[in-house]
Amino acid sequence: MANTVVDALPLVEASGVSKSFPGVRALQDVSLRLAAGETLCVVGENGAGKSTLMKILGGVYTADSGEIRFDGAPVELGSVDAAQRLGITLIHQELNLADSLDVAGNLFLGREPRWGGPLGIIRRSIYSDALVVMQRLGLDCSPRTPVSRLSIGQQQLVEIARAISLDSRVLILDEPTSSLTQRETDRLFEVLRDLKRDGVSILYISHRLAEVREIADRVTVLRDGRNAGELKREEISHDAIVRLMVGREVKQFFHRTSSGRSPAPGMTTTNGASPVFESRGLVVQSGQRRPIRFSIHGGEIVGMAGLMGAGRTELAEAIFGVRPLLSGEVAVDGKTVVLRSPADAIAAGIFLVPEDRRLQGLLLAQSVKENISLPSLDRLNHLGLVARGAERELAESMRTRLNIRTPHVEQLAGLLSGGNQQKIVIAKWLARSCRLFILDEPTRGIDVGAKAEIYGLMRELADQGMGVLMISSDLEEILGVSDRVLVMHQGDLAGGLTRDEMTEEAIMRLATGGETHS
Amino acid sequence: MKKLLGLAAFLLILYLLMLFADESARSLSNHFNLGKRIGLYGIISLGAGMLIITGGIDLSIGSVVGFCCTVFALLLTHPRCQWHPAAAIAAVLGIGALIGLVNGLIVAKLKVQAFVVTLCGLFIYRGASRWLAGDTVQGLGNSFVAWKYWLAKSHDVLGLPMSLVIFLALAAVATVFLHFSIYGRYFFAIGSNEQAARYAGVATDRYRILAYVLCSTLAAFFAVLFLMEENSVQPSSTGNFFELYAIAGAVLGGCSLRGGEGSVLGVLIGTAIIRILPTFTQMLKVPSSLEYTVIGTALLLGALLDELLRRRSQKRG
Repeated sequence: MANTVVDALPLVEASGVSKSFPGVRALQDVSLRLAAGETLCVVGENGAGKSTLMKILGGVYTADSGEIRFDGAPVELGSVDAAQRLGITLIHQELNLADSLDVAGNLFLGREPRWGGPLGIIRRSIYSDALVVMQRLGLDCSPRTPVSRLSIGQQQLVEIARAISLDSRVLILDEPTSSLTQRETDRLFEVLRDLKRDGVSILYISHRLAEVREIADRVTVLRDGRNAGELKREEISHDAIVRLMVGREVKQFFHRTSSGRSPAPGMTTTNGASPVFESRGLVVQSGQRRPIRFSIHGGEIVGMAGLMGAGRTELAEAIFGVRPLLSGEVAVDGKTVVLRSPADAIAAGIFLVPEDRRLQGLLLAQSVKENISLPSLDRLNHLGLVARGAERELAESMRTRLNIRTPHVEQLAGLLSGGNQQKIVIAKWLARSCRLFILDEPTRGIDVGAKAEIYGLMRELADQGMGVLMISSDLEEILGVSDRVLVMHQGDLAGGLTRDEMTEEAIMRLATGGETHS
Repeated sequence: MKKLLGLAAFLLILYLLMLFADESARSLSNHFNLGKRIGLYGIISLGAGMLIITGGIDLSIGSVVGFCCTVFALLLTHPRCQWHPAAAIAAVLGIGALIGLVNGLIVAKLKVQAFVVTLCGLFIYRGASRWLAGDTVQGLGNSFVAWKYWLAKSHDVLGLPMSLVIFLALAAVATVFLHFSIYGRYFFAIGSNEQAARYAGVATDRYRILAYVLCSTLAAFFAVLFLMEENSVQPSSTGNFFELYAIAGAVLGGCSLRGGEGSVLGVLIGTAIIRILPTFTQMLKVPSSLEYTVIGTALLLGALLDELLRRRSQKRG
């Protein structure tokens, strides 16, 4: 039966779809077919274009070019509303519910049956109508329950119920299980199978390959914004998917070391020297299965890979004192560090270049100089006053050292380009002596030139004897820059790979929860 | 900087208009009175301004003024107190600091919205002063002449009213603190982006609390001068609306309610504009009952103009 649907007339057919955002080509000439009653899983690395494609089909974005046919006829989706009227509903990863309204209120939001004309009084019948849909999905709470009181899994079912009550024929789910428990996931899959039996088509995005194997009729893989391949039900396997996800040559863009060497003699990663940093059994998230243990030596750049939501940023925040540790401790140069705030981490020599530089790294409305000097003001302190000469000197020296392109150091940080902003966030730490430098997605959204400069700088810092931990979702970057790599999966440290073991396949296998191989 | 120049120009125009409008406005006594009021209200605007720069807000300033005036009067005159004025002043300043500490702790540590916390303070301290004073006016009568003379009455330094001199001295200290010290830097950093400041190792809670303490302490200090000037306190009304004067002066002077923006000089100019407006309405024979309306309209126009200019410069940038 699963074989016949592929040959049937597709319900949704996208062909030659392209979409660009300023500076990024998100999709290039992508095609996709979805038959009625079929469950198609779309997989790919972070940034492969999955979400963009789904948003185009859900009417959130408009494609730059390409054609979308629904039931054989070309359609203009244009808006979420238009897509929903056709029968395509996109359920986002972050749920879009009005928290303080009850279940029925959310199900019928914006199309409430009402009486009294302009008075717009909502008919009581929405509660009985809601109950019908809720029962179909096995959502066993009162339609009068405020959504905020439901679990995430139940909230998801409310979103699906809403789609059902809109008579949707295509349901798009973007990472639906990322915050669900195993029980809730099982429940969701039951619901999806029921819907499929009723002829509803499902487009399912997931990083979790085990899930994909469980529910997919077919898998389509995207890579770098293009179709990378397709697998039929019987061809689906962990390895086959990973091969399609990463199957590209690694470009030789990274000068891996400034001095062009693999770990220098005496600086190898696992020799007897004591590490600069140790994570001694850290528990950061409650869902973690085992404590996180690893250490980093001076002189090495350790890459940290993992899929979105694998807990890498959370781990970095915990090490930096932003997020409380549930248990475990960290040590710098063998000495335990008490982490109550970032100030404690900084005093111990642990610095973080945060993931979201505009939110966590920069004072956008203050000058380049003031941004650079902020963490060093205690040293630029002259009887409580800011030593202005020294401050300016510091800013100027960083500007030269990091090649920050700004007309002058009094320029507001918010006016610079992404790459230059990132250099400021890095520069502000360089005045202090550092043991562990953590960079979370250091090159996201910045241009190639600035990327190369940041790689060079990381190597320079490592060569000066500090440990560098680079979190990145860009596998090429991980492979090109790191001396070894740690991989996280669903809150846990899934494993580590040495320079020799590091391949895209090996990393993806660990990142997707495949069996560890040492 | 451009904004400050514009404000200064606006102030100058208002001032010149006032001079031309009425002969009595040109008198020395009018200038003296104007200076006195700018000095007094400048003190609470300074506190409000520093707090707003860290991204905070204090709606309890007026009630804290009323409460501190009441306590100060009782400490001086109540038969069971009869404190020495110096001791009473120290006690009142201590009370102000304590109120600020409580506000700051609740906002920074318990993460309750500042608007709510200080709105509650507005009610609490007003009620407390009425209760303390048995809801009756407390006056200083003819005592403490020397203290009144020195602190508030027609005493002058180089022709400037004492309260203005005190304010200018405070403003000078505040300028050094806010614009030259590392603590001022932290204030601006916290107001610009509290999270980024914390990620840079700034003890953000400590400085946010400090801003509340400064604001309330300055309100208490204002209360001391205000009682000496007015000679009596009406527990149910003294200080009403003063938080709004304070905030309006700071905001008109360029302190952004989003935080991270503002200057002492701006607060000075903003306060002067707010103080000169009522004089101006009197001179133009606008009914004094319209005073609030005039102030409100002027503020609204200022805010609109600022927003328009900002949009224009953004478009160009």
